[in-house]
Amino acid sequence: MAADSVEREILIEASPQVVWGVITEPEQISRWFSDEADVEARAAADGTLTWRPGGRGGKKEVDAIVPIRVVEAEPFSRFSFRWNHPQGAEPDENNSALVEFTLIEEAGGTRLRVVESGIDAVTHDEEGKARYLEDHEGGWGKHLGELLEYVASKPPGTTR
Amino acid sequence: MTTALAEDDALWAAVADPTRRRVLDALLEHGEASTTTLAQGLPVTRQAVAKHLAVLNRVGLVTGRRRGREVRYAVRPERLDDAAEAMARVAAQWDRRLARIKRLAESAQADAGIDR
Repeated sequence: MAADSVEREILIEASPQVVWGVITEPEQISRWFSDEADVEARAAADGTLTWRPGGRGGKKEVDAIVPIRVVEAEPFSRFSFRWNHPQGAEPDENNSALVEFTLIEEAGGTRLRVVESGIDAVTHDEEGKARYLEDHEGGWGKHLGELLEYVASKPPGTTR
Repeated sequence: MTTALAEDDALWAAVADPTRRRVLDALLEHGEASTTTLAQGLPVTRQAVAKHLAVLNRVGLVTGRRRGREVRYAVRPERLDDAAEAMARVAAQWDRRLARIKRLAESAQADAGIDR
């Protein structure tokens, strides 16, 4: 995995079909991600995610409209997209972050894994960084102590 | 339940090692130091310190510059801050999103069960 990526997963007591609907249907996306979503689960489809003032994005006074480009849409198993590239630009590894969902059927449900990579591409450009960090709620500090505490708080055996 | 899985990440790996954390701490304290100076203050060999510095250098957490016959290393605080802030925020953010996805999917699944 690249230095600037995070991986998370969760076990969901629902079928991959149901989970797929939640992560790909616009009316569902607006219940866990942006306040509004205009996106189609089809490879190469361009869309937008919108955060409204007072919505999940926080206290901004204007709408934050973020471009999204679907990369892969393989029903019930894989959904990936690039986002946060400049409006109108062709998304690539230098100007956008890549989000990859993987759905794995398991006894009793679905394991949903998400990897976001290329965070540096979005956060090293000053404007992008400001927008990206502002768009995200979250109370993590920025100092070494907190980073190390975070690493240390992971379940035993998962570091390194 | 969510499991932290960023463990393979080079950056996390770089700071997860206790000796490397001590190297980083020592560098932060000194501002700038050579491998030899660092080794004097740590219970490890000069070679071991050199290896840890190479790992930290590779992920961009330290930078080295030649001063005469030796290389002096320093922490790149902007990289440390950028990395820590961006990664931790993104990770925490995904945990919250996944928790919402789980709630939505499990309630949709329960509704489908009743309809049947």
